[in-house]
Amino acid sequence: MSILGTRVLRTEDPRFLTSGGVYTEDVVDERLAGAGHVFFVRSPVAHARIAGIDVSAALSAPGVVAAFTAADVADLAPIKPGPMFNQEMSRPILAADKVRFVGDPVALVVTEQAYQGEDAVELVDVDYDLLPAVIDLADAAADKVLVYEEAGTNVTANFGDSSALDGHLFDDCEVVTTRTILNQRVAPAPMETRAAAAAWDSDGRLTAWIPNQGAQGTKSGLARLLGVPAEQVRVITPDVGGAFGAKFGADPEHALVAWVARRLGRPARWTETRYENLIAMTHGRAQQQTVTIGGRRDGTVLAYRLEIVQDAGAHVRIGAMLPFLTILMAPGPYQIPRAEAIAKSVVTTTTPMGAYRGAGRPEATAAIERAMDLFAAEIGMDPAEVRRRNLLPKFTEPHRTKFGALYDTGDYAAGLDKVLAAAGYDELRREQAERRARGDTVALGIGLASYVEITGMGDGEESPPQENATVEVHPDGTATILTGTSPHGQGHATAWAMLASEELGIPVDKITLKWGDTDLIPEGGGTGGSRSLQHGGAAVQQASQELIEIARERAASELEANPADLRFDVERSAFEVAGDPDASVPLAHLAEEERLVVRTVFTAPGATFPFGSHVAVVEVDTETGKVVLRRMVTVDDAGFVLNPLLAEGQRHGGIAQGAAQAFVEEVVYDGDGNPLTASFADYPFLSATEVPSFELADMQTLTTYNPLGVKGIGEAGSIGATPAVQNAVIDALAYLGVRHIDMPASPQRVWQALRSAGGVRAIGVWGVPRGHCGPPG
Amino acid sequence: MQVEITVNGQQRSDDVEPRLLLVHYLREVCGLRAANVGCDTTSCGACTVLMKGPGEVGGGTSVKSCTVLTVQAAGQQVTTAEGLAANGELHPVQAAFRQEHGLQCGFCTPGMVMAAVGLLAENPHPTEAEVREGLEGNFCRCTGYHNIVRAVLAAADGAAASGTAGGERAEVSA
Repeated sequence: MSILGTRVLRTEDPRFLTSGGVYTEDVVDERLAGAGHVFFVRSPVAHARIAGIDVSAALSAPGVVAAFTAADVADLAPIKPGPMFNQEMSRPILAADKVRFVGDPVALVVTEQAYQGEDAVELVDVDYDLLPAVIDLADAAADKVLVYEEAGTNVTANFGDSSALDGHLFDDCEVVTTRTILNQRVAPAPMETRAAAAAWDSDGRLTAWIPNQGAQGTKSGLARLLGVPAEQVRVITPDVGGAFGAKFGADPEHALVAWVARRLGRPARWTETRYENLIAMTHGRAQQQTVTIGGRRDGTVLAYRLEIVQDAGAHVRIGAMLPFLTILMAPGPYQIPRAEAIAKSVVTTTTPMGAYRGAGRPEATAAIERAMDLFAAEIGMDPAEVRRRNLLPKFTEPHRTKFGALYDTGDYAAGLDKVLAAAGYDELRREQAERRARGDTVALGIGLASYVEITGMGDGEESPPQENATVEVHPDGTATILTGTSPHGQGHATAWAMLASEELGIPVDKITLKWGDTDLIPEGGGTGGSRSLQHGGAAVQQASQELIEIARERAASELEANPADLRFDVERSAFEVAGDPDASVPLAHLAEEERLVVRTVFTAPGATFPFGSHVAVVEVDTETGKVVLRRMVTVDDAGFVLNPLLAEGQRHGGIAQGAAQAFVEEVVYDGDGNPLTASFADYPFLSATEVPSFELADMQTLTTYNPLGVKGIGEAGSIGATPAVQNAVIDALAYLGVRHIDMPASPQRVWQALRSAGGVRAIGVWGVPRGHCGPPG
Repeated sequence: MQVEITVNGQQRSDDVEPRLLLVHYLREVCGLRAANVGCDTTSCGACTVLMKGPGEVGGGTSVKSCTVLTVQAAGQQVTTAEGLAANGELHPVQAAFRQEHGLQCGFCTPGMVMAAVGLLAENPHPTEAEVREGLEGNFCRCTGYHNIVRAVLAAADGAAASGTAGGERAEVSA
């Protein structure tokens, strides 16, 4: 019986549950004996010139070994943005002339013990000449105050141009509506903050322990920052306590820890505090979006325009590039005859933007799904009906969109119908109507989102995505897999073992997975963009199959039979001569004389496009503005489900993060660029009391792009949940005249929206709605 | 300052700075690194352990060890995640977390499990809402809390089988 598709418990768990994971801060290694502790001095102001830095007081504090500033690390090259960005926006690895955000690293101290460093950083005296902060996106885009004077502008990149927009796009539309909405800044906030431990050996080779999403990318990033040949760097990946897109590559801090170790001739280590993490780990989202949607009163959408201003933060990193993906996925799962999208990325004096679960695609879905509801409200049509009328019909052959994306397979209407049935949509609308009729002050809202997203991207169609895997069977009947992926909670050790077990007949608990050590596995694409199963898993399956064929040749010679007459019995993990079970040889035996190992590379034709629909049910207290999320019902179709336990876990986690953005979480800066959400006491991190248990419906529309038929599930939940919850809150209050509420739908924003819409006044002292309220729905 | 603390059943006597946090004592002095530091504001619960005073009945109260000074724990019995399993068998709460896939990256897990043990000691048959409220001080970024709640409810029901090496199938649940 096939193990694929079954709920296999994780082999990782016993260790995590008993002795706990070994995260970078937990690593005990003789190479790190006597490590100095690195602490960063960070700018407390958003924008200033550095007039001077005095480390003398810090140097005389107890246990301080050294203190370094930009002048000390002048041998390290400035960090330049990627080629598509304004090249004048480069910056030194430690702030030299100016600081550009609260949290910008200015200096570092090294101490014998950890507690000493926390004290010593306070003693570094930095003299700042304040400059005006650049926070408001419109002001930033207008270049009133420049973040990089040499650049002459704050615009780091343009994706398309307003001159290319079609002034006649909406000419034939009976109805057109437009709105500027905010996809707010959020903090990835994995439970494990960033960290690094570094030691150089006598041959001048660096070993760095860094929590990351791809050791190979971290290694090349580190080598580049340090200005050393890549062969001189080894990255080891300990257990990683979550990443969500923010632990790719190498950060300046990682390189500086390695630099300190080389400079002092002793190992060095660093663990980021949560305060640092919330202001200096890259943030996610932060797009201002103007959506314009038009069509006919019968519900047909004819045209859609999306204009984006991406807040890039103070340094040009991945976040500045993400509008490219937002534009690619702008039309979502809909067949809109005319659609266009443009964007620009603008630097501000805030934390730099990076990737965060979904990375550019949640923004696209949030925009089109808000637009769909705005259009539905304009024409007075049920939002489910509007979606149904505009979804692309089912397709089994790849479909090229006008934005150039090649969707592989999709059945969007079936996903919508399935989730509506699972949610009991008609019943919910009835309940909503009843509550309104009796003047219930707690309003019921039903929100929808239909989405399609892109996973497993390569570097474009010219460079198709791929991943390697090495599978080895040992004489003792166990097996080892080497993967180029980089799990940090996703359960690859179990899932890849399932794939190998299926082919080799070796039990899952006898298969070990290794990853994340660049000396052991020099090549790999890591884990992100929901690529791992469709590339890395497919590679494991392929390697296992290839191994069986090599073993077959050995078995044939061992059994003195023709390879074609041999049958591999997976149940027994042995080859047998067809029709003669006694003439058999175990697979493990074939590894005794010569290693039985295969390395293969799986190449996919391109990215895949999982899709789904979400229904969120909320209750909104119209007197306090408080939103309670009652139900989340979802369809997230990512093709074949290898292990439902793991797939559901990914959906749960994604849904929670998506919902959190809609009504709970936000990063807030004041007008001077001071972060107001720089601790878990201030940042409204989602807790267990704010989400319900989720209701997941199963749908599997296979892709033809790999033998497993799998697409990527990791980010899908977060993409659908955000607009579903946002739409639900607005839907709850539509009868009171509310048309939009920006995220997060905090009690403050909800209450403000009710005041502006006049809904509050329309309720009256006795709780009876009166005045100008329109019909429900 | 010399302090005597019983950690996972073992009596210890150590000389510590008065400012040493219990979480750092457990991690650095005792070498028990399952409890993690996840924040600076006693918000996240990754450091949760059980602490029990002399004369107290039961397994102890869950506390955030980042907000307890080691010297405050003098004379107390502290239990960490490492001390839960007995004779190589997972504690029922640990087994339930495994059965229900209540952990992904594992960083919040030791604290979450200890908080759950403490919760169930106070309230052996909680409702879902009571579980969620009881775990409000334990953050998780990976699971969305769904399977954590299932695990705690399953442990309360005593339905979890004890865990073994791995790779076996979970029961298909309704």
